Amino acid sequence: MSTAQTTSKSAAAIDKARAEGRAALIGYLPAGYPSVEDTIAAGIALAENGADLIEIGIPYSDPVMDGQVIQAATTEALAKGFHVRQVFDVVAGITSKTDAAVLVMTYWNPVIRMGVDEFSRRLAEAGGAGLITPDLIPDEAAEWMEASDKYGLDRVFLVAPSSTTERMQRTVDASRGFVYAVSIMGVTGARTSVSTAAKDVVAAAHAAGADRVCVGLGVSNAEQVREIAAYAEGVIVGTALVAAIRDGGVDAVAALTKDLSTGLTRETGLTGEEA
Amino acid sequence: MADAPSGNADNNATEAFLQGGSLKHAPGPYFGSYGGRWMPESLIAALDELEETFDKAKDDPDFRAQVADLNKNYSGRPSLLTEAKRFSEHAGGVRVFLKREDLNHTGSHKINNVLGQALLAKRMGKTRVIAETGAGQHGVASATAAALMGLECVVYMGAEDCRRQALNVARMELLGATVIPVTSGSQTLKDAINDALRDWVANVDNTHYLLGTAAGAHPFPAMVRYFHEVIGEEARAQILDQEGRLPDAVCACIGGGSNAIGIFHGFLDDPSVKIYGFEAGGDGVETGRHAATITLGKPGVLHGARSYLMQDDDGQTIESHSISAGLDYPGVGPEHSYLSDIGRVSYEPITDAEAMEAFRLLCRTEGIIPAIESSHALAGAIKVGQRLAAEAADAGGTAQDKIVIVNLSGRGDKDVATAAEWFDLLDKNSAESEIGKEGEQL
Repeated sequence: MSTAQTTSKSAAAIDKARAEGRAALIGYLPAGYPSVEDTIAAGIALAENGADLIEIGIPYSDPVMDGQVIQAATTEALAKGFHVRQVFDVVAGITSKTDAAVLVMTYWNPVIRMGVDEFSRRLAEAGGAGLITPDLIPDEAAEWMEASDKYGLDRVFLVAPSSTTERMQRTVDASRGFVYAVSIMGVTGARTSVSTAAKDVVAAAHAAGADRVCVGLGVSNAEQVREIAAYAEGVIVGTALVAAIRDGGVDAVAALTKDLSTGLTRETGLTGEEA
Repeated sequence: MADAPSGNADNNATEAFLQGGSLKHAPGPYFGSYGGRWMPESLIAALDELEETFDKAKDDPDFRAQVADLNKNYSGRPSLLTEAKRFSEHAGGVRVFLKREDLNHTGSHKINNVLGQALLAKRMGKTRVIAETGAGQHGVASATAAALMGLECVVYMGAEDCRRQALNVARMELLGATVIPVTSGSQTLKDAINDALRDWVANVDNTHYLLGTAAGAHPFPAMVRYFHEVIGEEARAQILDQEGRLPDAVCACIGGGSNAIGIFHGFLDDPSVKIYGFEAGGDGVETGRHAATITLGKPGVLHGARSYLMQDDDGQTIESHSISAGLDYPGVGPEHSYLSDIGRVSYEPITDAEAMEAFRLLCRTEGIIPAIESSHALAGAIKVGQRLAAEAADAGGTAQDKIVIVNLSGRGDKDVATAAEWFDLLDKNSAESEIGKEGEQL
């Protein structure tokens, strides 16, 4: 994982959590749902209630990695007239009020449309930490590698249970900030249990040299957070937070975040290898 | 073309073509700057497995023999090359020949691809295939291949399309497939592909995604073309056999572009043959309600490939519109984008009205009811024929010296309700009238 030359905001946020003897909490919110103002308020609530990193999703017409809850939210945001450029307002709105590292999660076509360099420049200007790219693999990322270096942004690629050793190595080498480990073969959505595959993916990423691996997909409660915090540097929660803002607004996001964060502390003895 | 070709890859390829390099058998993953794999990492291993299996199979005499046997004894290949003499009178008097993919089992070119991919699924030890479908042609073909080879089959189809094409849903179910109505996004073909991809990510261990067109992530564009190359190979041999010469022009319709790339491939390296792809112009490209992806789109990535794409300024996919469900797709196969940029193939829009007029004409002049998709190619052939006739006259020759081949990619039985409504042939109170009305709203 390349961390030299560029100061990684994501890495710093994860390392701060690590220094406190816990895993980092990463919360996802779709931009513009139910409104741009609500996303900013919910992002601030996330940071104030225990999230170390915040992932802001750009609503997209063809979200192939998303399950029904996030699809419904992003479809609604688009129907209400959300524009891609507004994601920079959301990022700036959160980074100006909190210390959380704010990443943007986006399917790749909106970035291509704006121009990879232009998108990166504006994201950096808004105080963003980097991008999480669910449908961009390092093999196709030449332009993004260049732009992310130029503007000092983190590039978070995904690794999956199906990733071969070679692909794991390539992806870990291309990533900066952290590596996003997909816990199961599937799309986003709350699940009652986190598959045992997650632990293996994290171990494989660590073996490939990744210092920071965060687990996402299917994580929805403090118990699952606790389970993952024992072996990964960070835990990513998405669908559960989207359901919270849908059903209870910003207050529900704050309450869920507070609850999730109780699972972050590593129980010494169980994870003796962690410093 | 909306954007000029960019990058050295394009320029080098253009140079190579101009200097006489071959355009045939392009292996992917890239066609100039198009193609590639813009896909979630979770699916890359499956794409690698498919690529490896396909590469081995196409060099394996046993596999080639299996495909050839199915093509001959199951699909009914070779399909005929029929001269359309009375139709020709309306195309400037040039001689028009129809490549009769409508005569294949299941009524379209789609069978070529599904049989090949189903064989590959078996080779990979997969027990389940999934597919997307618009009007139902590819879904029916997939269900057919799955039944033949004992595979479980699940077809994703937009909820609105399911209602509109209730009989095609019944056909798939008769063949043993499960049809899942897609209610996400715009509930159309592109969303059916999205849901199929979501299914594939979750079930990739036992499931092959039987993509129906020459689009998507590598190796799909090159692989789907491979299974359709038989169309162009047959047509080229047939016209040489029947007329002793190559055609002046070849015409096909373009949605994702699988029938087109199949017939084009046979003629790509024949510089004397002009090649035309006809996109769905819907209500007219000036109205914004169309599916003319190459004519008006801009390069972007969708469903795994970089290609021309109907998108707004934010990069959101724009919903396409066409009377033909099979052409109603906002993307296009990457090899077509490349062939457009280098100028080897000309892509032009045909409106719903032009296509339906050609539909009516072929029915009345040749006794053949074409698919509305294929009717776009027929309408284009009329325009091309008239241009060629003018050229012939300028050169002191006659239109009869010119030959145009049209890929008649499918039969129109599935389109009778839509056509009957278009031409106002139904009793206002009939059940068919209700179905037709919905069909017209495409």
